[in-house]
Amino acid sequence: MSWFDRIGTSGFWRRAKAMLVKEFVQLRRDRVSFAMIVMIPIMQLILFGYAINTTPRNLPTAVLLQETSDVGRTILAAIERTGYFKITHRLSSVEEFDRVLASGEVLFAIEIPAGFERALRRGDMPALLVAADATDPVGSSSALGALNRIAQVALINERMLPDQTQPLFEIRAHARYNPAASSSLNIVPGLVGTILTMTMLIFTALSVTREVERGTMESLLSMPISPLEIMVGKIIPYIMVGFTQAALIIGFGILLFGVPILGSLLLLGLLSTLFIATNLSIGYSFSTVAQNQLQAIQMTFMFFLPNILLSGFMFPFAGMPVWAQWIGEALPLTHYLRIVRSIMLKGSGFFELQYEVLALFVLMLVAMTIAVTRFRRTLD
Amino acid sequence: MMAAQSDIAIDVHGLTKSFDGRVVVRDLSMQVKRGTIYGFLGPNGSGKTTTIRMLCGLLTPDSGEGTCLGYDIRTEADQIKRHVGYMTQRFSLYQDLSVRENLEFVGRIYGLKAPVKAATDMIARLGLQGREEQLAAQLSGGWKQRLALGACTLPSPQLLLLDEPTAGVDPKARREFWNEIHALASDGLTVLVSTHYMDEAERCHEIAYIAYGELLTHGTVEQVIEQSNLTTYNVSGDGLQDLLHELDGKPGIDMVAPFGASLHVSGRNEKKLEAAIKPFRESGKYSWSRSEPSLEDVFIELMNRSKDNFR
Repeated sequence: MSWFDRIGTSGFWRRAKAMLVKEFVQLRRDRVSFAMIVMIPIMQLILFGYAINTTPRNLPTAVLLQETSDVGRTILAAIERTGYFKITHRLSSVEEFDRVLASGEVLFAIEIPAGFERALRRGDMPALLVAADATDPVGSSSALGALNRIAQVALINERMLPDQTQPLFEIRAHARYNPAASSSLNIVPGLVGTILTMTMLIFTALSVTREVERGTMESLLSMPISPLEIMVGKIIPYIMVGFTQAALIIGFGILLFGVPILGSLLLLGLLSTLFIATNLSIGYSFSTVAQNQLQAIQMTFMFFLPNILLSGFMFPFAGMPVWAQWIGEALPLTHYLRIVRSIMLKGSGFFELQYEVLALFVLMLVAMTIAVTRFRRTLD
Repeated sequence: MMAAQSDIAIDVHGLTKSFDGRVVVRDLSMQVKRGTIYGFLGPNGSGKTTTIRMLCGLLTPDSGEGTCLGYDIRTEADQIKRHVGYMTQRFSLYQDLSVRENLEFVGRIYGLKAPVKAATDMIARLGLQGREEQLAAQLSGGWKQRLALGACTLPSPQLLLLDEPTAGVDPKARREFWNEIHALASDGLTVLVSTHYMDEAERCHEIAYIAYGELLTHGTVEQVIEQSNLTTYNVSGDGLQDLLHELDGKPGIDMVAPFGASLHVSGRNEKKLEAAIKPFRESGKYSWSRSEPSLEDVFIELMNRSKDNFR
């Protein structure tokens, strides 16, 4: 008798069905998994369908008017009407112009120089200076592209200047911090944060559930060790792992893509450590809430997706609707991206980054508090 | 600290614990003297593990109170953990750590001054030399259990709580394990050990029997047998299976159980039992002799009785 005869096709389906029924029964018992099956796609679809915008609008823009003229006002109004720009700052000095760009308060700064209108009427083709924060080239490039033609047309229509094939003025666009608008300069620092988020979350998200599943938790709980001691002991080794990982990515980024580090390497190291610790704490808090390793992985995944999509890593942060930006502010990657891009590409110092540092600290403390209070000291 | 010096290691009253509305331990009281080996017997699911976990602070009782080594089980769990070694039913050391690493880890958690030396000494005491670099996962059941015992005695506890330490272990390893426990007790350690092996009960100084969450009897083995007031006959002959069916459930006969090649017939009331078996004895088909009830007879009878109370 051949192997096939002994197994038999009818037997195949009977046994496969036995397995299938068993899987369904187990799936039904695991209510968290079941909820995830329904929740993940719906939540992600709504969240990202509405939040993500690859041609961002209403980007924060600062203007520096060196003269007050009708022409200038018309150009600014036209620029705002494109929908790409939203004038949030009116500046009074060149120093301020540099500062708001460096701090990341605005993505664009526009300067209308003194004597602009006179030069325009004389046909001297004056220059309008537009500086863009090109640490995120996706965000700035489409807006810059739109700027050119629209401003010229508006001027012709409203100021009744003669329609010419020659442009009336020049837009001198300057992509700051990343003059070649090279996307690797933007992506490599971003990747440091993304990779760290994923690996750090997974490491600690499994740490408590693993002890529970392997039965070692019962022993651990019967020993004189406090939840805080367990948490600290579990987080610190991975800080070192994360630090090594960050050093590797940045090292290869410099080596292969020529990514610069304009700011302090020490500051970058310190703040990266803070970011690593924040993610480890969040992962650890998942670990104390989840009932098994599968749930911990699912929670990690649920947290990881918005980190990728709403932090400004893949899509420009400023282009998202306000509610999505608020979600983004609650994610550590958002703040770390600003830190790492600012230090590496803009050469920013601690002072410019204090808000991001504070945010990371708060997120870390919240996660740690949840973890320590949620940690069950008994088996009740 | 006064209480910690007294000669009672465990003193609890009225412990009750339920999970999801199901009572697992009901109104349990027990006293264990220092330096004794106290056997905690009962069938699976009778509440042994739950009781042990309440004693070492891993579970909070719904009601009841008491002390363990003089420390309140409700409020001083941290103190209890320092002085109690708890060996879990399921192996709960790290499978992916070596024997030595596991022992050193435990030593460090308890803050031993020289954890490395303590681990080395313990490896020698356990006879694990040559295996100290092996991962715990690779050890056989008997060795795992020795390692677990070693880990919980490492910080020199005053009380050992052993939850079915010999389940699934071969007879030779079981014997060695009990020798070790007796050696520890002679050093002054108090040992509470749960088991469902009857022969192990005989190795304890005192025993308690728990079924359906209730402590049914306690004392020395002799006391427990005596307290049962059970009269037992040993029956041998051919066709015992038929006799078993005929006797089972007859008034006056509280328990019939096959025992190797013979049958144990027991009753709480001697007169009623005599009356019930009279016709069978007179038939002359089997040979009947009066015997001492075994511990197992006593326990099974107790369990049957308490089951009747519960259903």
